[in-house]
Amino acid sequence: MSNSNIYVPYLMRIEKITQEAPGVKTLRLKFENEEDAEKFDFKAGQFGEYSITGVGESTFCIASSPTRKGYIECTFRQAGRVTSALANAEEGDVVGFRGPYGNTFPIDEWKGKNLVFVAGGIALPPMRCVIWNALDLRENFKDFTIVYGAKSVADLVYKHELEEWGNRPDVKLVTTVDPGGETPNWKGEIGFVPSVLEKAAPSAENSVAIVCGPPIMIKFTLPVLEKLGFTDENIFTTLENRMKCGFGKCGRCNVGEKYVCLDGPVFTNAQLKQLPAEY
Amino acid sequence: MKELIAKAAGLLESNTVQVVIGYGQGSADRSRAIFITQPSDCEQLIFDSRCIQNLAVYLTKAEIKKMGKPAIVASIPVLRSIVQLAAENQLTNDSLVVLGVSPESQLVEFESLAAIESYLESHKIEIDEKYRKIIEDIKAKPVAERFAYWVKELEPCFKCYACRAACPLCYCTRCTVENNQPQWISVGSHPLGNLEWHIMRAMHLAGRCTDCEACYTACPMSIPIHLLTKSMLQDVNENFGSYGSSISKPNSLSSFNPDDKESFIR
Amino acid sequence: MQTENYLIRKASFEKLFNNLIGNGKTIYAPKAQEKRILFEKVQSFGELAEDYIVATNSAKSVVFPRTEKVFSYKKTKESTEIIDAANDTFPEVILWGSRPCDAAAFIPLTDTFNGDYPDVIYNKRQAKVYVLSFSCRKCDSYCFCTSVNGGPGNTAGSDILFTKLSTGDYLAEVVTEKGKQLVSDNSSLFETKPEESKDQNLAQVETYFNQEEIQAKLQNLFENPIWDEKSRACLGCGSCAFVCPVCSCFDLQDEAHGSKGKRLRCWDSCGFGLFTLHTSGHNPRETQGARWRQRILHKFLYMPNKSKTAGCVGCGRCSRSCPANINILDTVTSL
Repeated sequence: MSNSNIYVPYLMRIEKITQEAPGVKTLRLKFENEEDAEKFDFKAGQFGEYSITGVGESTFCIASSPTRKGYIECTFRQAGRVTSALANAEEGDVVGFRGPYGNTFPIDEWKGKNLVFVAGGIALPPMRCVIWNALDLRENFKDFTIVYGAKSVADLVYKHELEEWGNRPDVKLVTTVDPGGETPNWKGEIGFVPSVLEKAAPSAENSVAIVCGPPIMIKFTLPVLEKLGFTDENIFTTLENRMKCGFGKCGRCNVGEKYVCLDGPVFTNAQLKQLPAEY
Repeated sequence: MKELIAKAAGLLESNTVQVVIGYGQGSADRSRAIFITQPSDCEQLIFDSRCIQNLAVYLTKAEIKKMGKPAIVASIPVLRSIVQLAAENQLTNDSLVVLGVSPESQLVEFESLAAIESYLESHKIEIDEKYRKIIEDIKAKPVAERFAYWVKELEPCFKCYACRAACPLCYCTRCTVENNQPQWISVGSHPLGNLEWHIMRAMHLAGRCTDCEACYTACPMSIPIHLLTKSMLQDVNENFGSYGSSISKPNSLSSFNPDDKESFIR
Repeated sequence: MQTENYLIRKASFEKLFNNLIGNGKTIYAPKAQEKRILFEKVQSFGELAEDYIVATNSAKSVVFPRTEKVFSYKKTKESTEIIDAANDTFPEVILWGSRPCDAAAFIPLTDTFNGDYPDVIYNKRQAKVYVLSFSCRKCDSYCFCTSVNGGPGNTAGSDILFTKLSTGDYLAEVVTEKGKQLVSDNSSLFETKPEESKDQNLAQVETYFNQEEIQAKLQNLFENPIWDEKSRACLGCGSCAFVCPVCSCFDLQDEAHGSKGKRLRCWDSCGFGLFTLHTSGHNPRETQGARWRQRILHKFLYMPNKSKTAGCVGCGRCSRSCPANINILDTVTSL
């Protein structure tokens, strides 16, 4: 933090707002204080508490890559009091940020391996951070597969980046929308993410899978990954529990002996299986 | 209470009800609500001076509703709550079986909710003289003094919401305080926030409260919040001619009659 | 520091209290009122409650108040200014009349508010609190400190522990440097070690279970009907968590007044239905049974396992205050 009081946020200014999809926005934030900007660092997978003073705080991952300095980004869907206030904020407004909290994707351990990213809907933001992080270090990894789907074409987030990823020769991108969500000129797949993943059938040999999505998507994706031969230690996900403090004291994200904000939000499937089913 | 036990066991045996809500042995000198599903367990039912918790609160609790149709042991305060719940369309004749217990600890059976209402005609709500005097004294204070009085009385309140949880008529699935768009009532416990909560609670019970004092009994800090609800009861009675609702007559505060007194509009 | 033992005569005891008040100290002690005994600021010895087992509420407010301002702010057209509440001055408080269970609770509380992210405000308050506890001469059926590695004459968490002897005088066990400082400030009142032993002046608290055995049992009881059974009568209020000296779950709420405002840390409870509710509507702990299970597992399994501190000190307040008379001891012994 900018000072020793763990509850005091950094002051950030909104540099850029992008409307990603209906109800979904990305905010690019710069530190108000030069010193804070210089000292700040984080790793892929970590999250923060974003706030508007007087309204409250909300938990989102840091959606930009740590390899890109000078700003951080968050992407969120307008759903409640705080996200509505953030959605109504304008470029140049001041917001608060506390972070980075949580553990990280062990990118170093993945060097030399194939990476398979599977995400659905609004769950692409936590993955976007690690995707860009890995792409910025592309030579360290072998095959790169991204499977991403949303309810409809309009609901796909990071549309420009999807295009960028799709155009790269060193990335295999499969995008899909739910049946009925396609537009007349939609060139991607039509189907739910788990079945599209099964069709894409990425090899599990020397591979790591990173999965992020609503509980229902995860429920049906994990069996597909298992079928393809991915082991529990090589499937990573990030949990999205209700969190408040971000540093393991308020009790909300306590699952078994773990705190999602301290021991997570990144967990392997092996670790998830150890947790009681309370997330 | 042999009659009660036998009746309860019978209802379970015939599967007329799936759960009996009653009082059982608690810790130390208290009773505790029990939820009996086996006829033989009805032996655990007790009824004596310890049995003051208003069991009607369990009739709207999700986990209890899932157990099936209940029979409920109901003393006078519980009967009043049942009638109020029925007046608010939370219960119908088929929702439950009521095992009334008279002030003389005799089992009283009811064929319908209307029958309970008739029975209660001879057990009308009466605000005790002791409370009338206290409320009168408080009302006699000038506004600033009255405000200070309540700020002081509510100081120990730490917003545990036991009062809300114990009240049979607080059954909203999402309470006003649990809404934050906007945040009507402050979350934390402080003088203004405590006043906001207790005034709001009393207002939401106006015309509905049946004077069971469950709120006061539940309060871990023993704050006399029942003075607020009793005061509301008196005001509603004075202005609308009755304390609560009845199944046949709508709620005083949510119905309009052309000849309603308008003395309070200034 | 090695515990030092002293004797305080009956008459000196009141003098100690008056000395402390006279020196401008703030004293929080159990004060008896009609239907409750609350930890409150007291001004005179006569206000102190006598003959009580535990106060109705816990003493945790002195380090973890019901609402704590963590910062305030001012918004202008250009920016927002944050005024850090950790820069405030925190009062010196003498806690007089806590029980060994109350004192023991400060250990897990301090552990929670430190770790990798030390809470500066909590620590500042805690540094200024002197815990002067009294041993228990009597207990009731709600007490179970001895089952959770506590005891009616335990010194853990206290700066000084007083035990009333049969003569009416007090044994004073000075446990910490803070306690030592108080003694030296009032040295004329503290005499040499008394002859009478502490043990004969303590309550006999029945031991109902063994903490380590329960910990082992709870490992395999996640999916068990006992949780629904024992929580049927639970009304889902926050009484148990709020009177508990160990419970520390909190909420962060902003309160705005125009362009100014503050962020508050307020007490919260895992027993409330909305505690773990996600914005999507998914609730990992949808039933009261799941929430009761969390309370028990957190206190008797997760905390002892993870931080090696007690999650429960056996004071029995939760059971005493519960509007539905749910008894934590009853649940644990039924396992």
